[in-house]
Amino acid sequence: MSAVVFARHAMTPAERLRDASWVAFVGLILGIPLIGLTTVDVGGRLAIETRFGVLAAGVVAVFFGRLLLRWAVDQARNRKLERDRASTASAAQRASGTQKVVSTLGWLMLGASIALPIMFSDNRYVVDTATTVLIYVMLGWGLNVVVGLAGLLDLGYVAFYAVGAYSYALLSTQFGWSFWEALPVSGALAASFGILLGYPILRLRGDYLAIVTLGFGEIVRIILVNWTELSGGPNGISSIPRPSFFGLDFSRSAPEGQQTFAGFFGLDFSPMHRLIFLYYLILVLALLTNLFVSRLRKLPVGRAWEALREDEIACQAMGMNTTNIKLSAFAIGAMLGGFAGVFFASRQGFISPESFVFTESAIVLAIVVLGGMGSQMGVVLAATLLVLIPEFGRNFAEYRMLLFGLAMVLIMVWRPGGLLAHREPTLRLGAAGKEGAR
Amino acid sequence: MSKNASGTLLSVRNLTMRFGGLTAIDDLSLEVPAGKITGIIGPNGAGKTTLFNCLTGFYKPTTGTLRLAHPTRGEIRLEALASHLVARDAQVVRTFQNIRLFPKMTVLENLIVAQHNVLQRASKFSIAGIFKLPGYREAERQAIERAAMWLERLKLTHLADHAAGDLPYGIQRRIEIARALCVDPVLLCLDEPAAGLNPRESAELNELLLYLCGELGIAILLIEHDMSVVMNVSDHIGVISYGRKIAEGTPEQVKHDPQVIKAYLGEDEEEEVAGGAAA
Repeated sequence: MSAVVFARHAMTPAERLRDASWVAFVGLILGIPLIGLTTVDVGGRLAIETRFGVLAAGVVAVFFGRLLLRWAVDQARNRKLERDRASTASAAQRASGTQKVVSTLGWLMLGASIALPIMFSDNRYVVDTATTVLIYVMLGWGLNVVVGLAGLLDLGYVAFYAVGAYSYALLSTQFGWSFWEALPVSGALAASFGILLGYPILRLRGDYLAIVTLGFGEIVRIILVNWTELSGGPNGISSIPRPSFFGLDFSRSAPEGQQTFAGFFGLDFSPMHRLIFLYYLILVLALLTNLFVSRLRKLPVGRAWEALREDEIACQAMGMNTTNIKLSAFAIGAMLGGFAGVFFASRQGFISPESFVFTESAIVLAIVVLGGMGSQMGVVLAATLLVLIPEFGRNFAEYRMLLFGLAMVLIMVWRPGGLLAHREPTLRLGAAGKEGAR
Repeated sequence: MSKNASGTLLSVRNLTMRFGGLTAIDDLSLEVPAGKITGIIGPNGAGKTTLFNCLTGFYKPTTGTLRLAHPTRGEIRLEALASHLVARDAQVVRTFQNIRLFPKMTVLENLIVAQHNVLQRASKFSIAGIFKLPGYREAERQAIERAAMWLERLKLTHLADHAAGDLPYGIQRRIEIARALCVDPVLLCLDEPAAGLNPRESAELNELLLYLCGELGIAILLIEHDMSVVMNVSDHIGVISYGRKIAEGTPEQVKHDPQVIKAYLGEDEEEEVAGGAAA
């Protein structure tokens, strides 16, 4: 339709009016059946009633809305052009500005996440959702090592999450291990699964790697479904013990000779204590993960991961053992996924293969990609978005996946490189001089 | 590193590389002297880059030996080593015809990654690194100093914190050489380092190569089409055509060799050239 102006040049007022009129006209045509006519119940029979007043208001709203939208788009475009013109010279300056914004945002978020359960100490839903967000943040940080830093596309990450969860479930229910005893062992088990997966696929890259890892994820799930003696099959494993606070349980009454958390601190028993404890537990685990990964990134092994992502052949020509680099990325990523799995099992108290389907891998991968490959803060933003959008969408019931898809498309249109695509160098020449002097 | 510039550093004996029915290198023998610049020239598709790939472990030669007389580690057989070991243990380091930097990393990071093995050892499987133990910090400081030194010498210091992939082509070539130098090479193999450079940049490259070889005693093996580079800096030139060595000698000798002229210009020139070669 030529009347709607798609011009790149600045529009004249007449063009703007014509453009808005056309859109209003389309609104009118669509509005007649949708708004203008409505069915009412007249004594048990259906009758049609007209609502032309509402329709007129709607058309006027569309007209002015279109004008406003056009104006906003033009403003945004002008501002972008201006910014591009002004800042070609100071790319480095802008980069350090971005870094400042990101780190401020990081501290703000940290503050907010510490304060959250205090503010919402009696709101079960908020604390629970925040815990879920943090699990995905942790998974995202783990997968970021494999996909974001080392550039190895892994579609079966959920397998390591499952290994961690089932290790803890079995160790605790069969052998009576506590959360803290099982955590490192389960992490190590997941890491060895990472190496086990890594070996046969050392030579694969890109699409081929993605397919094999996808298969691996499914294999693990199918084994869990079928190996009933070990995993309980589709019924899963239930009554997994919850983590305790230095030996203090979060239950209403303690077994003989022990104390409960509430009893020890002289509080009234509340089920919220455990939820808040779980929230802080995953917060600490996630923060440790973040610290660990950001440290690794600045070490030779981290730089080797990034170099591997950039150019594997050049890595070999520099004398780097790419086998070890790939395996270390798989192992560390898997270990972090395993830790998240342990937490998941202990939080749910019940796990079954249904929790470890491909969709989970896809969501975690989407978090890493949407966040901006390799960006730690990007993962937080993306995880928050991807968990919260379906939650907010609950009111729209069947439209929530539509909303989810729309948000993904918008993010990709708006920021094709991910929410935070900026990459901070691991070291700078100027900074290094200062550090050397210390 | 011993700067002893005498003797043979690398001797290639009867090297053959076949890909199915195609013989890319056919019974090639070549000596690369220590502390000198050796040029390899030849028409397109002659097998020059294949020779480099065999030398640096990217291809396993079908037959033949590659003996490196390493100044401190004795004789090393390159054909038996995996590609990363050629760079790590034999210190034979290469650059690529189509530049292979780590484009999103900064220039400095590129040079630090080249020192991966030293740093990785110092970081004790990352454990010393995670806790920032003094031993690791010292190693990191030295690595940065070393990188800074090469950046200074190659006039790249002002670009140290820029992403390598965003820089102009000529500068990327220089970065790639700087990165190779950070591996501490005994033999530096440069695959068409002057490709895509303007005349001023090639003149700078000449200076650099002469400096590396003359002052630091690094032997250089150079594949190049730009005759202003090869003829001016090489001490010794090998000419390859269809996988065979057709001539060898000083730039003067090679320039007038009838076989070489035939390979480059075709049969017709033969008569005219024969007289020139005798002179």
